[in-house]
Amino acid sequence: MTVTAELDREHALRLRLEALATDYVHCIDDDRLEEWPDFFTEDGSYRVTSRENFDLGLPVSLIYCHGRGMMRDRISAMRVANIFEPHTYCHLVSAMKLEETDAGLPSPKRSSGFAQAGGHRTRSNFTVIRTMSDGAMSVFACGRYLDHVVEQAGVLKYRERTVILDSKRIDTLLIIPI
Amino acid sequence: MDTSKRRPGREFVWPHDDVSRVPFRVYTDPQIYADEQARLFQGPTWNFLCLEVELPNAGDYKTTFVGDAPIIVVRDEAGAINAMVNRCAHKGSLVCYKPRGNVAELTCVYHNWTYDLRGKLTGVAFERGVAGKGGLTDEFDKADYGLERLRVETCRGLVMGTFSDATPGFADYIGAELLGCIGRVFVRPLKVLGYHSQMLPNNWKLYTENNKDSYHASLLHVFHNTFGVVRPTMGGGVRLSQNGWHHLSYTEREPVADDEIGKEKVRSLKQKYALDDPSLLEHRLELGDQITNSIQTVFPTLVIQQILNALAIRQLIPRGVGQSELLWTILGFEDDDDDMLELRLKVNNLVGPAGLVSMEDGCVGGWVQRAAMADGEASTVMPMGGSAIEPSQGSRVTEAAVRGFWKGWRECMGV
Repeated sequence: MTVTAELDREHALRLRLEALATDYVHCIDDDRLEEWPDFFTEDGSYRVTSRENFDLGLPVSLIYCHGRGMMRDRISAMRVANIFEPHTYCHLVSAMKLEETDAGLPSPKRSSGFAQAGGHRTRSNFTVIRTMSDGAMSVFACGRYLDHVVEQAGVLKYRERTVILDSKRIDTLLIIPI
Repeated sequence: MDTSKRRPGREFVWPHDDVSRVPFRVYTDPQIYADEQARLFQGPTWNFLCLEVELPNAGDYKTTFVGDAPIIVVRDEAGAINAMVNRCAHKGSLVCYKPRGNVAELTCVYHNWTYDLRGKLTGVAFERGVAGKGGLTDEFDKADYGLERLRVETCRGLVMGTFSDATPGFADYIGAELLGCIGRVFVRPLKVLGYHSQMLPNNWKLYTENNKDSYHASLLHVFHNTFGVVRPTMGGGVRLSQNGWHHLSYTEREPVADDEIGKEKVRSLKQKYALDDPSLLEHRLELGDQITNSIQTVFPTLVIQQILNALAIRQLIPRGVGQSELLWTILGFEDDDDDMLELRLKVNNLVGPAGLVSMEDGCVGGWVQRAAMADGEASTVMPMGGSAIEPSQGSRVTEAAVRGFWKGWRECMGV
Protein backbone atom coordinates (compact mmCIF):
# COMPACT_ATOMS: atom_id res chain seq x y z
CA MET A 1 0.00 0.00 0.00
CA THR A 2 1.32 3.43 -0.84
CA VAL A 3 1.81 5.99 1.88
CA THR A 4 -1.04 8.05 0.45
CA ALA A 5 -3.43 5.11 0.42
CA GLU A 6 -2.49 4.31 4.00
CA LEU A 7 -3.16 7.88 5.07
CA ASP A 8 -6.50 7.87 3.27
CA ARG A 9 -7.42 4.71 5.04
CA GLU A 10 -6.44 6.09 8.44
CA HIS A 11 -8.34 9.27 7.69
CA ALA A 12 -11.48 7.36 6.73
CA LEU A 13 -11.27 5.26 9.89
CA ARG A 14 -10.71 8.34 12.01
CA LEU A 15 -13.80 9.99 10.53
CA ARG A 16 -15.89 6.94 11.37
CA LEU A 17 -14.57 6.79 14.94
CA GLU A 18 -15.18 10.48 15.43
CA ALA A 19 -18.70 10.09 14.04
CA LEU A 20 -19.37 7.35 16.59
CA ALA A 21 -18.12 9.54 19.44
CA THR A 22 -20.15 12.47 18.13
CA ASP A 23 -23.37 10.49 17.74
CA TYR A 24 -22.87 9.12 21.25
CA VAL A 25 -22.74 12.53 22.94
CA HIS A 26 -25.63 13.94 20.92
CA CYS A 27 -27.72 10.95 21.95
CA ILE A 28 -27.06 11.76 25.61
CA ASP A 29 -27.34 15.52 25.30
CA ASP A 30 -30.66 15.12 23.41
CA ASP A 31 -32.01 12.87 26.18
CA ARG A 32 -32.48 9.95 23.80
CA LEU A 33 -31.07 7.71 26.50
CA GLU A 34 -33.09 4.64 25.50
CA GLU A 35 -30.81 4.53 22.43
CA TRP A 36 -27.65 4.84 24.50
CA PRO A 37 -27.08 1.08 25.07
CA ASP A 38 -27.12 0.55 21.31
CA PHE A 39 -23.75 2.27 21.02
CA PHE A 40 -22.31 -0.80 22.72
CA THR A 41 -21.95 -4.42 21.72
CA GLU A 42 -24.41 -6.72 23.46
CA ASP A 43 -21.70 -7.77 25.95
CA GLY A 44 -20.06 -4.35 25.99
CA SER A 45 -18.94 -2.70 29.16
CA TYR A 46 -19.33 0.85 30.37
CA ARG A 47 -17.55 2.15 33.40
CA VAL A 48 -17.25 5.58 35.00
CA THR A 49 -14.40 5.95 37.43
CA SER A 50 -12.08 8.63 38.77
CA ARG A 51 -8.49 9.25 37.85
CA GLU A 52 -7.60 8.52 41.47
CA ASN A 53 -9.12 5.04 41.41
CA PHE A 54 -7.78 4.36 37.94
CA ASP A 55 -4.24 5.38 38.86
CA LEU A 56 -4.35 3.41 42.11
CA GLY A 57 -5.60 0.36 40.19
CA LEU A 58 -8.77 0.23 42.30
CA PRO A 59 -11.56 -1.64 40.53
CA VAL A 60 -14.76 -0.07 41.86
CA SER A 61 -16.55 2.38 39.58
CA LEU A 62 -19.22 5.00 40.05
CA ILE A 63 -21.20 3.25 37.33
CA TYR A 64 -20.37 -0.21 36.03
CA CYS A 65 -22.49 -1.85 33.37
CA HIS A 66 -21.46 -5.18 31.95
CA GLY A 67 -23.74 -5.82 29.01
CA ARG A 68 -26.55 -3.81 27.46
CA GLY A 69 -29.04 -5.20 29.99
CA MET A 70 -27.39 -3.32 32.83
CA MET A 71 -27.27 -0.20 30.68
CA ARG A 72 -30.99 -0.46 29.94
CA ASP A 73 -31.63 -0.92 33.69
CA ARG A 74 -29.71 2.28 34.43
CA ILE A 75 -31.93 4.19 32.05
CA SER A 76 -35.20 2.62 33.20
CA ALA A 77 -34.24 3.32 36.83
CA MET A 78 -33.60 6.91 35.86
CA ARG A 79 -36.95 7.15 34.09
CA VAL A 80 -39.19 5.46 36.66
CA ALA A 81 -37.40 5.23 39.99
CA ASN A 82 -34.60 7.67 40.73
CA ILE A 83 -35.38 11.13 42.04
CA PHE A 84 -33.21 14.06 41.09
CA GLU A 85 -33.45 17.67 40.01
CA PRO A 86 -33.91 17.88 36.23
CA HIS A 87 -30.74 18.80 34.36
CA THR A 88 -29.08 18.47 30.98
CA TYR A 89 -25.56 17.91 29.74
CA CYS A 90 -23.56 19.47 26.98
CA HIS A 91 -20.60 17.27 26.07
CA LEU A 92 -17.52 18.74 24.42
CA VAL A 93 -15.30 16.01 22.98
CA SER A 94 -11.86 16.60 21.58
CA ALA A 95 -8.34 15.30 21.01
CA MET A 96 -9.21 11.84 19.79
CA LYS A 97 -6.12 9.72 19.39
CA LEU A 98 -5.95 6.35 17.68
CA GLU A 99 -3.80 4.30 20.00
CA GLU A 100 -4.12 0.87 18.42
CA THR A 101 -6.04 -0.45 15.51
CA ASP A 102 -6.37 -3.66 13.58
CA ALA A 103 -6.21 -1.69 10.37
CA GLY A 104 -2.46 -2.01 10.27
CA LEU A 105 -1.52 1.46 11.42
CA PRO A 106 1.88 1.85 12.91
CA SER A 107 1.64 2.16 16.65
CA PRO A 108 4.35 2.41 19.25
CA LYS A 109 2.08 0.92 21.91
CA ARG A 110 0.81 -2.24 20.22
CA SER A 111 0.22 -4.72 22.99
CA SER A 112 0.23 -8.46 22.80
CA GLY A 113 -3.24 -9.94 22.96
CA PHE A 114 -4.83 -7.03 21.19
CA ALA A 115 -4.61 -8.67 17.78
CA GLN A 116 -7.02 -11.40 18.92
CA ALA A 117 -9.52 -8.89 20.27
CA GLY A 118 -9.48 -6.86 17.08
CA GLY A 119 -10.95 -3.43 16.75
CA HIS A 120 -9.56 -0.05 17.55
CA ARG A 121 -8.38 1.58 20.74
CA THR A 122 -8.81 5.29 21.06
CA ARG A 123 -8.66 7.93 23.72
CA SER A 124 -10.25 11.34 23.71
CA ASN A 125 -10.96 14.16 26.11
CA PHE A 126 -14.34 15.39 27.24
CA THR A 127 -15.92 18.17 29.23
CA VAL A 128 -19.48 18.00 30.47
CA ILE A 129 -21.26 21.23 31.24
CA ARG A 130 -24.35 20.64 33.33
CA THR A 131 -27.34 22.97 33.28
CA MET A 132 -29.93 22.66 36.02
CA SER A 133 -33.59 23.43 35.44
CA ASP A 134 -33.22 26.79 37.22
CA GLY A 135 -30.44 27.75 34.81
CA ALA A 136 -27.45 27.16 37.08
CA MET A 137 -24.53 25.95 34.96
CA SER A 138 -21.31 24.29 35.99
CA VAL A 139 -18.46 22.24 34.63
CA PHE A 140 -19.77 18.96 35.97
CA ALA A 141 -16.97 16.74 34.75
CA CYS A 142 -13.95 16.54 32.56
CA GLY A 143 -11.61 13.72 31.76
CA ARG A 144 -10.95 11.14 29.09
CA TYR A 145 -12.65 8.28 27.35
CA LEU A 146 -10.62 5.12 26.86
CA ASP A 147 -12.42 3.14 24.20
CA HIS A 148 -12.25 -0.21 22.54
CA VAL A 149 -14.33 -0.04 19.38
CA VAL A 150 -15.21 -3.02 17.20
CA GLU A 151 -17.08 -3.35 13.93
CA GLN A 152 -20.24 -5.46 13.89
CA ALA A 153 -22.20 -5.87 10.65
CA GLY A 154 -20.54 -2.80 9.28
CA VAL A 155 -21.35 -0.66 12.33
CA LEU A 156 -18.81 0.56 14.89
CA LYS A 157 -19.73 -0.23 18.51
CA TYR A 158 -18.06 0.23 21.84
CA ARG A 159 -16.92 -3.04 23.32
CA GLU A 160 -15.50 -1.07 26.21
CA ARG A 161 -15.91 2.53 27.14
CA THR A 162 -14.06 3.61 30.28
CA VAL A 163 -14.83 7.13 31.43
CA ILE A 164 -12.09 8.50 33.64
CA LEU A 165 -13.09 11.62 35.54
CA ASP A 166 -10.24 13.95 36.40
CA SER A 167 -11.92 14.82 39.69
CA LYS A 168 -13.23 12.26 42.12
CA ARG A 169 -15.67 14.82 43.46
CA ILE A 170 -19.20 14.43 42.12
CA ASP A 171 -21.38 17.42 42.73
CA THR A 172 -24.64 16.20 44.30
CA LEU A 173 -25.16 13.07 42.19
CA LEU A 174 -24.42 11.36 38.90
CA ILE A 175 -27.35 9.90 37.01
CA ILE A 176 -27.08 10.73 33.31
CA PRO A 177 -24.31 8.70 31.68
CA ILE A 178 -21.23 10.54 30.44
CA MET B 1 -40.78 41.24 66.33
CA ASP B 2 -38.11 40.29 68.80
CA THR B 3 -35.00 40.74 66.65
CA SER B 4 -32.68 39.30 69.27
CA LYS B 5 -34.02 35.88 68.37
CA ARG B 6 -32.71 36.22 64.85
CA ARG B 7 -29.19 37.23 65.78
CA PRO B 8 -26.75 34.44 65.27
CA GLY B 9 -24.54 33.99 68.27
CA ARG B 10 -23.63 31.99 71.30
CA GLU B 11 -26.95 32.75 72.91
CA PHE B 12 -28.61 30.04 70.82
CA VAL B 13 -31.15 28.26 72.98
CA TRP B 14 -32.88 25.05 71.98
CA PRO B 15 -36.43 26.26 71.48
CA HIS B 16 -38.32 23.05 72.26
CA ASP B 17 -38.92 20.73 75.19
CA ASP B 18 -37.56 17.70 73.39
CA VAL B 19 -35.72 16.70 70.24
CA SER B 20 -38.68 15.77 68.09
CA ARG B 21 -38.58 19.29 66.65
CA VAL B 22 -35.41 20.89 65.29
CA PRO B 23 -35.04 24.59 64.44
CA PHE B 24 -33.84 25.22 60.86
CA ARG B 25 -31.30 27.67 62.21
CA VAL B 26 -28.99 24.80 63.19
CA TYR B 27 -28.41 24.15 59.47
CA THR B 28 -27.74 27.75 58.45
CA ASP B 29 -26.12 29.68 61.32
CA PRO B 30 -22.36 30.21 60.82
CA GLN B 31 -21.87 30.74 64.56
CA ILE B 32 -23.42 27.38 65.35
CA TYR B 33 -21.13 25.86 62.72
CA ALA B 34 -18.11 27.46 64.39
CA ASP B 35 -19.22 26.23 67.81
CA GLU B 36 -19.62 22.71 66.43
CA GLN B 37 -15.93 22.65 65.52
CA ALA B 38 -14.83 23.30 69.09
CA ARG B 39 -17.57 21.59 71.07
CA LEU B 40 -18.46 18.62 68.92
CA PHE B 41 -15.76 17.70 66.40
CA GLN B 42 -12.98 18.65 68.82
CA GLY B 43 -15.15 17.70 71.78
CA PRO B 44 -15.95 14.30 73.32
CA THR B 45 -16.51 12.43 70.06
CA TRP B 46 -14.68 9.70 68.11
CA ASN B 47 -14.15 10.54 64.45
CA PHE B 48 -13.18 8.16 61.66
CA LEU B 49 -9.66 8.81 60.35
CA CYS B 50 -8.85 5.94 57.99
CA LEU B 51 -8.58 2.17 57.84
CA GLU B 52 -5.59 0.30 59.21
CA VAL B 53 -5.25 -1.47 55.88
CA GLU B 54 -4.57 1.89 54.20
CA LEU B 55 -1.38 2.28 56.23
CA PRO B 56 0.35 -1.11 55.91
CA ASN B 57 3.96 0.09 56.35
CA ALA B 58 5.93 2.33 58.66
CA GLY B 59 5.90 5.85 57.29
CA ASP B 60 2.62 5.39 55.37
CA TYR B 61 0.41 8.40 55.90
CA LYS B 62 -2.98 9.62 54.82
CA THR B 63 -4.49 13.06 55.22
CA THR B 64 -8.07 13.61 56.27
CA PHE B 65 -10.29 15.95 58.28
CA VAL B 66 -12.07 15.97 61.62
CA GLY B 67 -14.62 18.68 61.15
CA ASP B 68 -12.66 21.55 59.63
CA ALA B 69 -9.39 20.40 61.14
CA PRO B 70 -6.89 18.88 58.68
CA ILE B 71 -5.39 15.68 60.07
CA ILE B 72 -2.37 13.49 59.28
CA VAL B 73 -2.70 9.81 60.14
CA VAL B 74 0.61 7.97 60.01
CA ARG B 75 2.05 4.61 61.01
CA ASP B 76 5.31 4.95 62.92
CA GLU B 77 8.40 2.71 63.03
CA ALA B 78 7.00 0.79 65.99
CA GLY B 79 3.81 0.00 64.07
CA ALA B 80 1.58 2.35 66.07
CA ILE B 81 -0.82 4.70 64.29
CA ASN B 82 -0.58 8.37 65.24
CA ALA B 83 -2.85 11.25 64.30
CA MET B 84 -1.86 14.88 64.41
CA VAL B 85 -3.33 18.13 63.26
CA ASN B 86 -1.83 18.82 59.83
CA ARG B 87 -0.56 22.26 60.73
CA CYS B 88 3.05 23.23 61.27
CA ALA B 89 3.72 24.66 64.73
CA HIS B 90 5.72 27.44 63.10
CA LYS B 91 3.60 29.33 60.56
CA GLY B 92 0.67 26.99 60.33
CA SER B 93 1.22 25.58 56.86
CA LEU B 94 -0.08 22.14 56.00
CA VAL B 95 2.75 19.72 56.71
CA CYS B 96 1.39 17.07 54.31
CA TYR B 97 -0.28 18.47 51.23
CA LYS B 98 -0.76 15.21 49.34
CA PRO B 99 -3.60 12.76 50.02
CA ARG B 100 -1.28 9.88 50.88
CA GLY B 101 2.33 8.81 50.77
CA ASN B 102 5.26 7.30 52.62
CA VAL B 103 7.78 9.36 54.56
CA ALA B 104 10.64 8.82 57.00
CA GLU B 105 9.72 11.99 58.85
CA LEU B 106 7.25 14.83 58.45
CA THR B 107 8.74 17.96 56.97
CA CYS B 108 6.98 21.24 56.45
CA VAL B 109 8.21 22.54 53.10
CA TYR B 110 7.71 26.19 54.03
CA HIS B 111 10.73 26.55 56.39
CA ASN B 112 11.84 22.93 56.68
CA TRP B 113 10.69 22.30 60.22
CA THR B 114 10.79 18.57 60.74
CA TYR B 115 8.74 16.27 62.96
CA ASP B 116 9.04 12.58 63.72
CA LEU B 117 6.16 10.21 62.96
CA ARG B 118 4.68 10.89 66.39
CA GLY B 119 4.56 14.61 65.76
CA LYS B 120 7.56 15.62 67.89
CA LEU B 121 9.53 18.56 66.53
CA THR B 122 13.00 17.21 65.74
CA GLY B 123 14.57 19.80 63.49
CA VAL B 124 14.38 23.50 62.72
CA ALA B 125 16.20 24.77 59.62
CA PHE B 126 19.07 27.16 60.44
CA GLU B 127 18.46 26.46 64.11
CA ARG B 128 21.88 27.96 64.93
CA GLY B 129 21.60 30.69 62.32
CA VAL B 130 24.27 31.33 59.74
CA ALA B 131 27.82 32.23 60.76
CA GLY B 132 26.67 32.71 64.33
CA LYS B 133 23.93 35.15 63.42
CA GLY B 134 20.18 34.59 63.55
CA GLY B 135 18.63 31.26 64.47
CA LEU B 136 16.82 30.22 67.62
CA THR B 137 17.55 31.65 71.04
CA ASP B 138 18.01 29.43 74.10
CA GLU B 139 14.48 30.07 75.31
CA PHE B 140 13.03 28.08 72.41
CA ASP B 141 12.39 24.51 73.51
CA LYS B 142 11.49 22.19 70.64
CA ALA B 143 9.54 19.99 73.07
CA ASP B 144 6.94 22.77 73.26
CA TYR B 145 6.31 22.84 69.53
CA GLY B 146 5.18 19.43 68.39
CA LEU B 147 2.19 18.86 66.14
CA GLU B 148 -1.07 18.77 68.07
CA ARG B 149 -1.88 15.12 68.69
CA LEU B 150 -5.20 13.32 68.73
CA ARG B 151 -5.95 10.23 70.81
CA VAL B 152 -6.16 7.25 68.48
CA GLU B 153 -7.87 3.89 68.88
CA THR B 154 -8.32 1.12 66.37
CA CYS B 155 -11.36 -1.14 66.22
CA ARG B 156 -11.84 -3.94 63.69
CA GLY B 157 -9.60 -2.14 61.22
CA LEU B 158 -11.12 1.30 61.77
CA VAL B 159 -8.76 4.03 62.93
CA MET B 160 -10.63 6.49 65.12
CA GLY B 161 -9.39 9.74 66.61
CA THR B 162 -10.56 12.19 69.24
CA PHE B 163 -9.28 15.58 70.32
CA SER B 164 -10.68 15.30 73.82
CA ASP B 165 -9.33 13.57 76.92
CA ALA B 166 -12.91 13.41 78.14
CA THR B 167 -14.03 11.00 75.40
CA PRO B 168 -14.53 7.51 76.83
CA GLY B 169 -12.70 4.63 75.15
CA PHE B 170 -14.21 3.73 71.78
CA ALA B 171 -15.80 0.49 73.01
CA ASP B 172 -17.55 2.31 75.86
CA TYR B 173 -18.40 5.18 73.51
CA ILE B 174 -20.59 3.08 71.25
CA GLY B 175 -21.48 0.31 73.70
CA ALA B 176 -21.16 -3.46 73.50
CA GLU B 177 -24.18 -4.11 71.29
CA LEU B 178 -23.16 -1.73 68.50
CA LEU B 179 -19.52 -2.72 68.87
CA GLY B 180 -20.65 -6.25 68.07
CA CYS B 181 -22.43 -4.94 64.97
CA ILE B 182 -19.14 -3.53 63.61
CA GLY B 183 -17.60 -6.93 64.24
CA ARG B 184 -20.46 -8.55 62.36
CA VAL B 185 -19.53 -6.72 59.12
CA PHE B 186 -15.75 -6.51 59.41
CA VAL B 187 -15.28 -10.22 59.93
CA ARG B 188 -12.16 -10.70 57.82
CA PRO B 189 -9.19 -8.57 56.70
CA LEU B 190 -10.46 -5.71 54.57
CA LYS B 191 -9.42 -4.60 51.13
CA VAL B 192 -10.08 -1.14 49.69
CA LEU B 193 -11.80 -1.43 46.29
CA GLY B 194 -12.15 2.27 45.56
CA TYR B 195 -12.93 5.77 46.75
CA HIS B 196 -15.71 8.20 45.84
CA SER B 197 -16.39 11.75 46.90
CA GLN B 198 -19.80 13.37 46.77
CA MET B 199 -20.26 17.08 47.40
CA LEU B 200 -23.55 17.62 49.18
CA PRO B 201 -25.18 21.06 48.93
CA ASN B 202 -26.27 21.00 52.55
CA ASN B 203 -25.18 21.34 56.13
CA TRP B 204 -23.48 18.17 57.36
CA LYS B 205 -26.24 17.40 59.87
CA LEU B 206 -28.84 16.96 57.15
CA TYR B 207 -26.87 14.03 55.77
CA THR B 208 -26.23 12.62 59.23
CA GLU B 209 -29.94 12.76 59.98
CA ASN B 210 -30.66 11.11 56.66
CA ASN B 211 -28.54 8.12 57.64
CA LYS B 212 -30.33 7.77 60.97
CA ASP B 213 -33.71 8.11 59.28
CA SER B 214 -34.85 4.58 58.54
CA TYR B 215 -38.32 5.93 57.74
CA HIS B 216 -37.32 7.52 54.41
CA ALA B 217 -35.59 4.55 52.82
CA SER B 218 -38.53 2.93 51.05
CA LEU B 219 -40.20 6.26 50.32
CA LEU B 220 -37.41 8.36 48.79
CA HIS B 221 -35.34 5.55 47.32
CA VAL B 222 -37.92 4.26 44.92
CA PHE B 223 -35.54 1.84 43.24
CA HIS B 224 -36.17 -0.47 46.20
CA ASN B 225 -39.87 -0.77 45.59
CA THR B 226 -39.82 -0.45 41.83
CA PHE B 227 -37.48 -3.35 41.35
CA GLY B 228 -38.39 -5.25 44.52
CA VAL B 229 -35.34 -4.76 46.69
CA VAL B 230 -36.74 -3.93 50.09
CA ARG B 231 -40.08 -2.93 51.58
CA PRO B 232 -40.89 -1.42 54.93
CA THR B 233 -42.56 -4.64 55.98
CA MET B 234 -39.51 -6.82 55.60
CA GLY B 235 -38.02 -7.96 58.89
CA GLY B 236 -35.55 -5.76 60.67
CA GLY B 237 -35.40 -2.97 63.13
CA VAL B 238 -33.47 -0.14 64.67
CA ARG B 239 -30.95 -0.47 67.48
CA LEU B 240 -29.68 2.43 69.51
CA SER B 241 -26.79 2.91 71.88
CA GLN B 242 -27.79 3.51 75.49
CA ASN B 243 -27.32 7.27 75.12
CA GLY B 244 -29.06 7.38 71.74
CA TRP B 245 -26.04 8.85 69.92
CA HIS B 246 -25.30 5.86 67.67
CA HIS B 247 -27.60 3.57 65.77
CA LEU B 248 -28.01 0.57 63.54
CA SER B 249 -30.87 0.08 61.12
CA TYR B 250 -31.14 -3.31 59.45
CA THR B 251 -33.31 -5.38 57.20
CA GLU B 252 -33.66 -9.14 57.23
CA ARG B 253 -34.87 -11.58 54.64
CA GLU B 254 -38.32 -12.40 55.90
CA PRO B 255 -40.79 -11.17 53.34
CA VAL B 256 -44.18 -10.16 54.71
CA ALA B 257 -47.35 -10.49 52.64
CA ASP B 258 -47.57 -7.93 49.87
CA ASP B 259 -51.15 -6.93 50.71
CA GLU B 260 -49.89 -5.39 53.95
CA ILE B 261 -47.95 -2.82 52.02
CA GLY B 262 -50.60 -2.67 49.33
CA LYS B 263 -52.81 -0.86 51.82
CA GLU B 264 -50.32 1.94 52.12
CA LYS B 265 -50.18 4.65 49.53
CA VAL B 266 -46.62 4.06 48.54
CA ARG B 267 -46.29 5.81 45.23
CA SER B 268 -43.33 3.71 44.32
CA LEU B 269 -44.86 0.28 44.19
CA LYS B 270 -44.61 -0.39 40.49
CA GLN B 271 -44.23 -4.11 40.28
CA LYS B 272 -44.58 -4.09 36.51
CA TYR B 273 -40.94 -3.14 36.27
CA ALA B 274 -38.25 -5.75 36.29
CA LEU B 275 -34.55 -5.53 35.74
CA ASP B 276 -33.15 -6.72 32.41
CA ASP B 277 -30.12 -7.95 34.26
CA PRO B 278 -30.92 -8.64 37.92
CA SER B 279 -27.38 -9.86 38.57
CA LEU B 280 -26.59 -6.61 40.33
CA LEU B 281 -29.01 -7.61 43.08
CA GLU B 282 -27.45 -11.02 43.62
CA HIS B 283 -26.58 -11.45 47.28
CA ARG B 284 -24.16 -13.96 48.70
CA LEU B 285 -24.78 -14.36 52.40
CA GLU B 286 -21.26 -13.91 53.67
CA LEU B 287 -21.70 -12.60 57.21
CA GLY B 288 -23.35 -15.61 58.79
CA ASP B 289 -26.88 -14.24 58.98
CA GLN B 290 -29.89 -13.26 56.84
CA ILE B 291 -29.37 -9.50 57.07
CA THR B 292 -29.51 -7.87 53.66
CA ASN B 293 -29.04 -4.21 54.61
CA SER B 294 -27.40 -2.69 57.61
CA ILE B 295 -26.64 0.97 58.10
CA GLN B 296 -24.71 1.75 61.25
CA THR B 297 -23.75 5.21 62.44
CA VAL B 298 -21.13 6.29 64.93
CA PHE B 299 -21.78 9.79 66.22
CA PRO B 300 -21.15 12.24 64.71
CA THR B 301 -20.20 11.44 61.11
CA LEU B 302 -19.26 7.81 60.46
CA VAL B 303 -21.46 5.35 58.60
CA ILE B 304 -20.71 1.66 58.18
CA GLN B 305 -22.73 0.29 55.32
CA GLN B 306 -23.70 -3.21 54.22
CA ILE B 307 -26.16 -3.25 51.35
CA LEU B 308 -26.22 -6.83 50.08
CA ASN B 309 -22.50 -7.38 49.37
CA ALA B 310 -21.70 -3.70 48.99
CA LEU B 311 -19.58 -2.80 52.00
CA ALA B 312 -18.42 0.74 52.61
CA ILE B 313 -17.33 3.36 55.05
CA ARG B 314 -18.94 6.73 54.58
CA GLN B 315 -17.12 9.62 56.22
CA LEU B 316 -18.77 13.00 56.25
CA ILE B 317 -16.68 16.17 56.27
CA PRO B 318 -18.37 19.52 56.88
CA ARG B 319 -17.27 22.08 54.26
CA GLY B 320 -18.76 25.26 55.61
CA VAL B 321 -22.23 25.77 57.00
CA GLY B 322 -24.08 24.98 53.75
CA GLN B 323 -21.93 22.27 52.19
CA SER B 324 -20.43 18.91 53.09
CA GLU B 325 -18.33 16.24 51.44
CA LEU B 326 -19.17 12.60 51.69
CA LEU B 327 -16.14 10.34 51.28
CA TRP B 328 -16.94 6.75 50.38
CA THR B 329 -14.38 4.01 50.93
CA ILE B 330 -15.65 0.95 49.09
CA LEU B 331 -14.57 -2.32 50.68
CA GLY B 332 -14.23 -5.99 50.05
CA PHE B 333 -12.36 -8.69 51.89
CA GLU B 334 -8.75 -9.58 51.25
CA ASP B 335 -9.75 -13.17 50.44
CA ASP B 336 -12.44 -12.34 47.85
CA ASP B 337 -12.09 -14.51 44.76
CA ASP B 338 -12.65 -13.19 41.22
CA ASP B 339 -16.36 -14.07 41.21
CA MET B 340 -16.89 -12.30 44.50
CA LEU B 341 -15.03 -9.25 43.24
CA GLU B 342 -17.20 -9.10 40.10
CA LEU B 343 -20.30 -9.43 42.30
CA ARG B 344 -19.09 -6.52 44.47
CA LEU B 345 -18.32 -4.38 41.42
CA LYS B 346 -21.87 -4.93 40.18
CA VAL B 347 -23.69 -4.42 43.47
CA ASN B 348 -21.77 -1.21 44.00
CA ASN B 349 -24.01 0.27 41.32
CA LEU B 350 -26.52 0.59 44.16
CA VAL B 351 -24.37 2.95 46.23
CA GLY B 352 -22.03 5.91 45.90
CA PRO B 353 -22.70 9.24 44.16
CA ALA B 354 -24.31 7.40 41.23
CA GLY B 355 -25.90 4.72 43.39
CA LEU B 356 -29.29 3.47 42.29
CA VAL B 357 -30.46 3.40 45.93
CA SER B 358 -28.32 6.17 47.37
CA MET B 359 -28.13 9.01 44.86
CA GLU B 360 -31.25 10.73 46.17
CA ASP B 361 -29.51 11.35 49.48
CA GLY B 362 -27.20 13.62 47.51
CA CYS B 363 -29.95 16.04 46.54
CA VAL B 364 -32.63 15.82 49.23
CA GLY B 365 -30.49 17.51 51.88
CA GLY B 366 -29.94 20.39 49.50
CA TRP B 367 -33.67 20.80 49.12
CA VAL B 368 -34.06 21.11 52.90
CA GLN B 369 -31.10 23.50 53.01
CA ARG B 370 -32.60 25.80 50.37
CA ALA B 371 -35.98 25.82 52.08
CA ALA B 372 -34.47 26.22 55.55
CA MET B 373 -32.64 29.41 54.59
CA ALA B 374 -35.88 31.34 54.61
CA ASP B 375 -36.75 31.03 58.27
CA GLY B 376 -34.32 29.88 60.95
CA GLU B 377 -36.96 30.06 63.64
CA ALA B 378 -39.28 27.53 62.04
CA SER B 379 -38.73 23.89 62.92
CA THR B 380 -38.90 20.41 61.48
CA VAL B 381 -41.08 17.87 63.18
CA MET B 382 -40.22 14.20 63.69
CA PRO B 383 -43.20 12.46 65.22
CA MET B 384 -42.69 8.94 63.84
CA GLY B 385 -42.49 6.52 66.73
CA GLY B 386 -43.52 9.18 69.24
CA SER B 387 -40.92 11.31 70.96
CA ALA B 388 -38.98 8.52 72.59
CA ILE B 389 -35.39 7.61 71.83
CA GLU B 390 -35.60 3.87 72.01
CA PRO B 391 -34.89 0.85 69.83
CA SER B 392 -37.53 -0.62 67.59
CA GLN B 393 -37.94 -4.26 66.67
CA GLY B 394 -39.70 -5.28 63.49
CA SER B 395 -40.26 -1.78 62.14
CA ARG B 396 -38.10 0.90 60.70
CA VAL B 397 -40.95 3.38 60.54
CA THR B 398 -39.50 5.45 63.34
CA GLU B 399 -37.43 8.59 63.73
CA ALA B 400 -36.03 7.52 67.08
CA ALA B 401 -32.44 7.40 65.82
CA VAL B 402 -32.68 10.92 64.41
CA ARG B 403 -33.92 12.14 67.76
CA GLY B 404 -31.01 10.30 69.33
CA PHE B 405 -28.64 12.24 67.09
CA TRP B 406 -30.12 15.53 68.28
CA LYS B 407 -29.81 14.42 71.87
CA GLY B 408 -26.10 13.81 71.26
CA TRP B 409 -25.74 17.10 69.42
CA ARG B 410 -27.31 19.06 72.28
CA GLU B 411 -25.18 17.27 74.86
CA CYS B 412 -21.98 18.11 72.96
CA MET B 413 -23.02 21.66 72.20
CA GLY B 414 -24.36 22.38 75.68
CA VAL B 415 -27.61 23.83 74.35
